[in-house]
Amino acid sequence: MNSPLPLVALIGNPNTGKTTVWNALTGNHAQVGNYPGVTVERRVGWMAIPGGNGVNLLDVPGTYSLVARTGEEQIAIKAVLGLQGQLGPELVVVCVDATNLERSLYIVLQFLEFGMRVVVALTMVDEAAASAPDPEKLSARLGCKVVPLAAHRRQGLDGLRAAIATALKDDVPPPSWRWSPSPILRSKLDLITESLPAEWPKNDATALWALMSVGAEDELVGIPPALRAAVAIDDKAAQPLDDEAIIGRYRWLDTEIHPLVAKPPDRLRTERIDRLLIHPVSGLMIFAVLMFSIFQALFLGADPIITAIEDVFAWVGAGVRSTLPVSMFTDFVVDGLIAGVGAVVVFLPQILMLFFFLGLLESSGYMARIAFLMDRLMRTMNLHGRAFIPMLSGFACAVPAIMATRTMERKRDRILTMMVIPLTTCSARLPIYTLLIASLIPATLVGGWLPVQGLMMVGMYGFSIVSTLLVAWVLSRTLRPLRAKRLPFVIELPPYRMPIFGDVVRMMLRRAGSFLTDAGRIIVVGSIALWALLYFPRPSPEALSSWRTELAANDTGAPEDVEGLERGFRLEQSYAGRLGQAMEPVLSPLGFDWKIGVGIIGAFAAREVFVATMGVVYGIGGDVDEQTPRLRDRIRAERHRDGSVVYTPLVGITLMIFFALACQCMSTLAAVRRETRSLAWPTFLFGYMTILAWVVSFAVYQGGRMLGLG
Amino acid sequence: MASILDIPRNQSAVVRHVGGDRSFRRRIMEMGLIPGTAIRVVGVAPLGDPITLAVRCGRISIRKDEASVVEVVT
Repeated sequence: MNSPLPLVALIGNPNTGKTTVWNALTGNHAQVGNYPGVTVERRVGWMAIPGGNGVNLLDVPGTYSLVARTGEEQIAIKAVLGLQGQLGPELVVVCVDATNLERSLYIVLQFLEFGMRVVVALTMVDEAAASAPDPEKLSARLGCKVVPLAAHRRQGLDGLRAAIATALKDDVPPPSWRWSPSPILRSKLDLITESLPAEWPKNDATALWALMSVGAEDELVGIPPALRAAVAIDDKAAQPLDDEAIIGRYRWLDTEIHPLVAKPPDRLRTERIDRLLIHPVSGLMIFAVLMFSIFQALFLGADPIITAIEDVFAWVGAGVRSTLPVSMFTDFVVDGLIAGVGAVVVFLPQILMLFFFLGLLESSGYMARIAFLMDRLMRTMNLHGRAFIPMLSGFACAVPAIMATRTMERKRDRILTMMVIPLTTCSARLPIYTLLIASLIPATLVGGWLPVQGLMMVGMYGFSIVSTLLVAWVLSRTLRPLRAKRLPFVIELPPYRMPIFGDVVRMMLRRAGSFLTDAGRIIVVGSIALWALLYFPRPSPEALSSWRTELAANDTGAPEDVEGLERGFRLEQSYAGRLGQAMEPVLSPLGFDWKIGVGIIGAFAAREVFVATMGVVYGIGGDVDEQTPRLRDRIRAERHRDGSVVYTPLVGITLMIFFALACQCMSTLAAVRRETRSLAWPTFLFGYMTILAWVVSFAVYQGGRMLGLG
Repeated sequence: MASILDIPRNQSAVVRHVGGDRSFRRRIMEMGLIPGTAIRVVGVAPLGDPITLAVRCGRISIRKDEASVVEVVT
């Protein structure tokens, strides 16, 4: 019989080099799933061990303790006990940082209390140097195998594999406690044990976990009411019991483990770097320069690559069009399919770049400093300090920015950040702003030296920053799942370490790959749907010929772009054109006509598509950009049926405000869908932004008219 | 009673009692800051909050609100 491979869990504190160990043991080949109920990846990879078919290695997110308060923190205990229909591991490999021994052994004591097979992977022994403990002595005190590792140099890995293989053959050890519960705690544990769910192990360690985790304010999932009732303890009564367990474990670590550390590890390098990097002056300056460089790389550095990708897809499209006969199918392949795939690939340069930077920042230890530096500023909007980089990246593009919210561990922080990122002025809004400002705002100077057009652009950025922060503030105070609770801010500032290039690149490629397969699929389908909306129904030959006759009859003698006009006519007849006309009653209070409505629908593919769609609507073809003088002239010349000007400067400003606030981007929604694994959040995002955009645009337009500006 | 906020920069003190709400206490104590632990104030963020502490062999950053409820003996 073919027995399944044993499951081994890999766990440890954050910053103990767990990722490096994982990559070294599995080669980063993993089956990626999801932990039920939370948007955290569950990765299982195969690893070889001597004398067997290998084992499945489960990557458990880094944590300081098994005790949990949130669904995310609960992953560790579920993984270890094999709850919710998942298999429990037969052995746990705990990464223990040799430079921070007592603290990273704390969780090992928890595993031993459960009576689990444990192998300690003692990481960073090269960095700890003389202060690293003797593995033999440590092993003797803990009662489990200890394997010293320098994983980035691939040292000690064979020893670890051998230790796992040996330990798997050992009997499962009995629970081993290094402290004795007091009579009060003892009786409480007995009471709770009675009420543990049937599929949970009935032991003191599980009862203690429940006692320390379940409380009035917890956000745990799947805790049965009977268990809650058995725990039923207020925070005040819980305090001495929490203390007993935590202090009991640390007392043992202080007396038994501390003496094994000959001298404290050398922190001089980290202290020196920190003196510079978190200094009030130099720290903020270096931070500003770093952030500016990352932003420039995303904003400008990615641009030539993005243009090249667009050119390649345009070239492929043109090639396909010239080989296939003129038909609806050809239009579908070129304008729907190829353009849709192009719309996905075009995000890759920024995604790869951003995740490369994030990887460097995370593995060097600087990311924790960003949270430290920015906490005071970000928490006024109830945002996490780590939300800074995603929000900054939003000014280049919301899609990689939304993916970057993963650097925050709490779901509430991630979602709040995702809900406001699309309000930042992404680069796709710039062509719209440029077109409207250049066409409608007079190129005069204020006070003789300040150009009005430039001021307008700066104003749009200012507007976006203010609205982003304001909306974060409001959402975090109104929406229940986003409400700021009194969450403790306790973060570790890890030692600075040289980033491990291979790990960074692997993480970057993994993120890009998951974007292509998950969000990419939605974007391609959306692009095709949008193409169909703009393409169908085709006007009948009779309708087309009568349109041509009419055009010829109205010929003013001026040179006409007949092909462009015909495309405009076709668009007008399409579903999108009809939808635009149907939307006119909603849009006219904002000063928009149905043609602008069609442009807004087209912009759903990507905001900058608004410019090309307007080119088609106005009969000068889709091959235009924001610099095309003909498009600018056409916009200025556009008249309502009653002969009044469509694009007054006030309409231009209102349209810019609309685009600043509306979530006119299906790729953003696809990314939010991917990251939240829900339909509710992207729907909410689209809904609130559209309503907000409409209301503010309405106020601006009608207010402006009352002031006599339009 | 002195709190962490009363410790001058780069000076050490010994934790006497950890106050605050349950989730804060549990988190910071599980990271090794328990009564009897020697800690040192390493620095303050440029915007005045949070602060960084040297606890055992690591560095932990907490906000001033929460630092004010950790009693110490200098």
